[in-house]
Amino acid sequence: MSKISRRKFVTAGLAATAGVSGLAVAANFAKHYGLVPPDSGGIYGPGETLTYAAQRLLTRHSLAREFPRSMISKVPFANAMPPLNDAFKRLQGRAFADWRLSIDGMVAQPASLSLADLRSFPVRSQITEVVCEEGWSYVAEWIGTPLFEVLKASGVLPQGRYLVYFSIDPDWWESIDMADAQHPQTLLTWAMNDGDLPVAFGGPLRLRVPRQLGYKSVKFVTRLMVTDSPKGFVSALDPKSANSGYAWYAGI
Amino acid sequence: MSHAPSLRNQGTPRHTLLIRVTHWITVISFVALLVSGVEILISHPRFYWGEVGNSRTPALFKIPIPSSRATVPTGYGYVLPDQNGWSRYLHFEAAWALVLTGLVYVISGLWTRHFRKNLFPAPADRTWRSFRSVIAKHLRLAQPDEADSRSYNVLQRVTYLLVIFILFPLVIWTGLAMSPGFNAAVPWAVNSLGGRQSARTLHFFVSIFLVLFLVVHVAMVVLTGFATRMREMIPSLGTMPQERT
Repeated sequence: MSKISRRKFVTAGLAATAGVSGLAVAANFAKHYGLVPPDSGGIYGPGETLTYAAQRLLTRHSLAREFPRSMISKVPFANAMPPLNDAFKRLQGRAFADWRLSIDGMVAQPASLSLADLRSFPVRSQITEVVCEEGWSYVAEWIGTPLFEVLKASGVLPQGRYLVYFSIDPDWWESIDMADAQHPQTLLTWAMNDGDLPVAFGGPLRLRVPRQLGYKSVKFVTRLMVTDSPKGFVSALDPKSANSGYAWYAGI
Repeated sequence: MSHAPSLRNQGTPRHTLLIRVTHWITVISFVALLVSGVEILISHPRFYWGEVGNSRTPALFKIPIPSSRATVPTGYGYVLPDQNGWSRYLHFEAAWALVLTGLVYVISGLWTRHFRKNLFPAPADRTWRSFRSVIAKHLRLAQPDEADSRSYNVLQRVTYLLVIFILFPLVIWTGLAMSPGFNAAVPWAVNSLGGRQSARTLHFFVSIFLVLFLVVHVAMVVLTGFATRMREMIPSLGTMPQERT
């Protein structure tokens, strides 16, 4: 056989080996630096791990795009909501005066805050886009308390790596890593477009995570829990099985 | 294709092992992307231009199919089941497989001068005249001649280059431009396209072009001798003369 074909064969073999070992190296690297998402198992695990690891390496500190006031959507779109339970309706009847947000888990000082307590923290507003995994989107101004301020006040313990946040709807919760929980734009939102946050958009309190898809921005938030592992709390959209539900990391 | 056995005897396979392997990984990834992409599309079969768009804003155009979401006004009296969970998982995993395979293919193609030797049109062929003659030959439904089975004609070369260096990069770019995390890090990727909904609409159209390529590609494979073309592309020890070196 000619030298050319042997060289080609060797090159092809080397390239294929490089591709495969590149993946293996990336997987080891991800494990070592905590770049493996909770839903890294199963047949979609490799893809999820690549996405999460790549984005954490590339986007850990980046800020979601903010828009000029002129781009605020005139008709924001509120997605269909599950029927609100009696507990919610009772609180709504008293104009949410008794709404509480509890902070527990791996924090130095667990707390229970009213909406008025939340408003006493530094207020921040941002004009960001809500992006639904279905494809639609809108821009609104969101006003609220940065989550990191509340976490700072309670003191996240060193072993706290994830934040699980719960809706008043008992079947609805999500979790994020500390990179998103401590991110300056992650906002405990209680007002929208210069008015109170409407119930249809998650009022009285919604956790906005603008660097991830809309389903991570849980409505009617009542509880924050800091944990070292989100096991059992991966995704509210299908708590039984991460792989038949939605991806845990929704930054894509 | 009477000349196929003689080619094999010469010991120079039409496609290298690397090309054969990357070709089929790309096929599997592309089919996965297409199926999952259609499922994701069904959850909102409306397209917009600019940054934002939703069921309460006017659509640029709509695909007249039922939706997997009750919130989308489709005119159909029923809602399809939600398949976005596994569809999105599969879409992004297949995207990774395709991107990584594409990287191996492009880097090796530059290294081995595959693009320059086999895909970049020869100087003599870079004329409208040669384009016209190839197109005329296709329109006459002429069978491929000896030269066609050894090398690509100018129309094939330009099409492959377009798919490899324009359509695939565009579909990856427009796809990434829909990722809120990626956009936070690289805002110009979406801003330069005119906004998130423009990126989504462009992603749809580039995909249509890729599907169009797939249809024509498969049709040409079938019309010019399915068995021969498959022998040329399937990795098998029998046609790998290097094994006997």
